[in-house]
Amino acid sequence: MSDSAHPVVHPAPTTFIRKWVFSTDHKIIGIQYYFLALIAVFTGLALSVLMRLRLAWPAESWPWLEKIFPLGFEGGVMSPEFYLAMLTMHGTIMVFFVLTTAPQGGFGNYFLPIQIGAHDMAFPVLNMLSFWVTFLSMGVMFAAFFVAGGAPISGWTAYAPLSALGEVAGPGLGSGQDLWIISIALFCVASLLGALNFITTVLNMRAKGMSLMKMPLTVWTWFTTAILALLSFPVLLAAGILLLLDRIGGTSFFIPAGLVVSDTVIESSGGSPILWQHLFWFFGHPEVYIAILPGMGVTSQLLATFARKPVFGYHAMVVAIFAIGMLGFFVWGHHMFVSGLSPFSALVFSILTLAIGVPSAIKTFNWLGTLWGGKIRLTTAMLFAIGFVSLFVSGGITGLFLGQTSVDVQLHDTYFPVAHFHMIMGVAAIFGILGATYYWFPKMFGRMLHEGLGKLHFWLTFAGVNAIFIPMHLMGIMGQLRRYAESTEFKFMEPLQPYQEFVTIAVFVTAAAQLLFLVNFFWGMFKGKKATENPWEATTLEWITASPPPHDNFGGRELVVHHGAYEYGVPGAPRDYVMQTDPPLESGK
Amino acid sequence: MALALAILIWAIVLASVVLFTGEFGWFPPQISAHGDAMDAQFNNTLVVVAIGFILAQVALGYYVWRYRDRAGGRVVYTHGNAKFEVATVLITAVTFVTLAIIGQRVWIDLHLEDMPEDAVQVEVTAQQFAWNFRYPGPDGQFGRTVPRLINDQLNPVGLDSGDPASKDDVVTLNRMAIPVNRDIRLTLRSKDVTHSFFVPAMRFKQDTTPGLAVPGHFKALKTGEYEIACAELCGLQHYKMKGFLMVMSDQEFEAWLKERAEF
Repeated sequence: MSDSAHPVVHPAPTTFIRKWVFSTDHKIIGIQYYFLALIAVFTGLALSVLMRLRLAWPAESWPWLEKIFPLGFEGGVMSPEFYLAMLTMHGTIMVFFVLTTAPQGGFGNYFLPIQIGAHDMAFPVLNMLSFWVTFLSMGVMFAAFFVAGGAPISGWTAYAPLSALGEVAGPGLGSGQDLWIISIALFCVASLLGALNFITTVLNMRAKGMSLMKMPLTVWTWFTTAILALLSFPVLLAAGILLLLDRIGGTSFFIPAGLVVSDTVIESSGGSPILWQHLFWFFGHPEVYIAILPGMGVTSQLLATFARKPVFGYHAMVVAIFAIGMLGFFVWGHHMFVSGLSPFSALVFSILTLAIGVPSAIKTFNWLGTLWGGKIRLTTAMLFAIGFVSLFVSGGITGLFLGQTSVDVQLHDTYFPVAHFHMIMGVAAIFGILGATYYWFPKMFGRMLHEGLGKLHFWLTFAGVNAIFIPMHLMGIMGQLRRYAESTEFKFMEPLQPYQEFVTIAVFVTAAAQLLFLVNFFWGMFKGKKATENPWEATTLEWITASPPPHDNFGGRELVVHHGAYEYGVPGAPRDYVMQTDPPLESGK
Repeated sequence: MALALAILIWAIVLASVVLFTGEFGWFPPQISAHGDAMDAQFNNTLVVVAIGFILAQVALGYYVWRYRDRAGGRVVYTHGNAKFEVATVLITAVTFVTLAIIGQRVWIDLHLEDMPEDAVQVEVTAQQFAWNFRYPGPDGQFGRTVPRLINDQLNPVGLDSGDPASKDDVVTLNRMAIPVNRDIRLTLRSKDVTHSFFVPAMRFKQDTTPGLAVPGHFKALKTGEYEIACAELCGLQHYKMKGFLMVMSDQEFEAWLKERAEF
C-alpha cells in the first residue's frame, strides 16, 4: 500500500523546458491544466455574452462588432448561423475544457497526490501526455472557428443526423464539425490516461496510515470521478469515431435510409439517430457528475475547515458520492423521453433518475449538519462553498420535474432544463472551482489572494447567477425554447422579451464581475501577501508542507497518518484542529 | 457579514416564491384532454420542490448566521448521526419514488393506451424548416411514399401515384386541422434531420426522428388556432420553423379536408 516508506524521488528538473513545459511534476501539470481551463472559461463566457446580446435585442445593429466578426455580423446584425456556432462552442468549451478540466485535471492533479502523502502520480509521463493531448484537443477545437463555414451549429450534443450529413444540412457542418469530432476524440483519450493515473495513484500510493476512510472527501470525489471517466469516455470516443466514419468513410451508423435533405436523396441505409443519442448520453449523463463531484468534495473540505468541525456523516458522504456516481450510469435515458425511445424504458429511467435525489439529499443534509454547531469563519473560500450548497439545492431540486416522464414532455428543450443544468453543472461546479481557487491558491503560488476583492467577487457572482438562472426557469415554463436565435417568430414567446433583456443585463454584470477575479488572481500571483505553510489552520496533508511544496512534495519526510481528514474542535486536543500527521492523542482518539 | 449572507440567501428564496406564485407568467393555457393531469403533476411536484427548497435554503441562511464565529464557546464535536442519515434516506426515497410513480399515469395514458378505431389519422413529416401534414382521405389508408419522389414544391412527402391508396391522400404545408373532441392518432416522421413537434397549448412534444415512424395521440377540447414550434435543434432556421394547429368543429374539418382534396 505504501511507497512513501521508500520514496522514489525523481531528481528535480533543471532545464526550463522540463520544468515548466514538458513537466512530469503533477503540481506543474495541475497548474497547466488550470491555466488551460482559465483561457477556456473566459472564451466560453465571452461567447455567452455575445449570445445574450442577440437574444435580448435581436434586430439591433452593432457595427463595431462587424469590425471584429465580419462574417458573423454582416450589416451589424448577428446571423443565426453565428448564433448557433457560438452556442455549440460555448457548450463544448465549457463542458469539456472547463468543467471536466479544472476540477479534475487542475486541482485533482495538484492535490490528490499531496493529500494522500504521495510524492507524485503513479505514472508521471502518462500524466504529462494527458495534459498535452488535452492541449492539442483544445487547439483543434479552437481551430474550428477559423475554417471555411465556421464552427459547427449542431450544439454540444451533436445530434445525428444533423451532425453526420455535412454541409448540405447547414453551415459549419463541414470541416468545422470534423474538427469538433477530432477534438472530442482526442479529449477522450487524454481523459482516459488521466483517469487510469488517478485510480492507480489512490489505490497504490497512499502514505502509511492513510486508510481509505481517512482520505479527505476531495480524494474520494476525484477517485470516483476518475472511475466515471474511465467508464464513460471510451463510449464517447467510439461514438465520435463512428460519427466521423459516417461523415468521411461512407458508413451509416447514425444515418437511416431514405433521407432527403433539401430535395437531395442521401445514399445511406440502416443507421439509427437514436443510437447516437444512446451513446452520447451514456457518456453525457456521467459527465454531469464528472463536472460536479469534485465540487462536492471541495465543498465538504471547505465547510469542515471553516466551520471548525468534522464533516458531518463522513461515511454517509463516501457512500453518497459512490451512489451518485454509479446511479449516474443508469439514467441517461431521461435525456431521451421524447426522442422516440420505448415508452416502457422511459418508466424505468424516470424512477432511477428520481432515486439519485436520495444521495443528493444526504449530501445536502450533511453539509447543513457540518455547519450546525460550528464556529464559521467567512473567508472568501467559505463564501463560495456556502454558495455551492445553495446552488446545489436550487439547481438539483428542479431535476425532480425533469426526471418525470410526463412533466418533462412540456419542459423538454425549453429554458427550464437550460436553467436547471446551468445552475447545477455550470455555476455550482464553477463555485466549487472558485472556492478551491481561493482556498488552495496560497499553497499553489505561495501567496495569498486579496480577501476584500474576493468577497466582492463572491457577492456579485452569487447574486448575479441567481438573477440569471431563476427567471430562466419561469421562461421555460412559459414555453421559451432553447437554441432559438430569437423568439420573435412565435406569439406564445412574445411576452418573454422583457425577461430576455433582464437576463442579458444580469449576464453583463456577472460577467464583468469575473474581471475582479482575474485582477485578483494575477495580482495575487506576483504581489499577494506571502503565504505561510498553513494559513487556514487546516488538517489535511497539503498543509504540513511548504507553500508551494518542494519538488517531491514533502522534502523527503516519511509521513505517518494517525487521524481522520477533518479533526476540528476535538475536545482535549491542544489546539482546535488535529492535523492528519499529528501524533495520536492521549485519550487514544 | 454572516447576517448579510443569510439575508441574501433568504432574499433569493423570497424572490423565487414571488416569481413562481405571482402574475409573472405561466404555462400557456392548455386545451388538450391529457393536459390538466400533466399540469396537476407539475403542480404536485412544485409543492414538494418548494418545501425542500425553502427548508434547505432557510436552514442554510440561518446556520450561517447562527453559528458565525463568535468569541467563546466550543464547536459541537460530532461525526454525524446514523439515525439521522437513515431517516433522510427513507423520507426522500419514499417521497421521490412516489412522485415518480404517480407521474407515470399521464405518460401511460399518452403512450400505452389503445386508440379507438374511429380516431382521426394525421401523419406529420418534418423537414428543414417546415411541417408537412398528411391525411389518408376517405379510404382511411395512407398511400405508399418513396424518398426519391420527394420534391419540395410538387410532392413534399414523395407520394407514389402507383399505389391506389395514395390517390386520395391530402397533404398540407404548415397547417394542421383537426376536429375538436375527437381522438387524433399521429404518426411522426422526418425527411432529413431530427425535429421535434411541439404544440405548447396541447402539452404535446415528440421528436420526429428520421428513420422512425413514432406514434402519438391527443385530443383537443377547444377550437382555435395554436402554434406549432420545432423544439429540437435542426439547423439554421430552427427558430423559424412554425406551423399552426387549427382545431375546428367536425363539419368545418370535413369541409376543410374536402376543399384540399379537390385542390
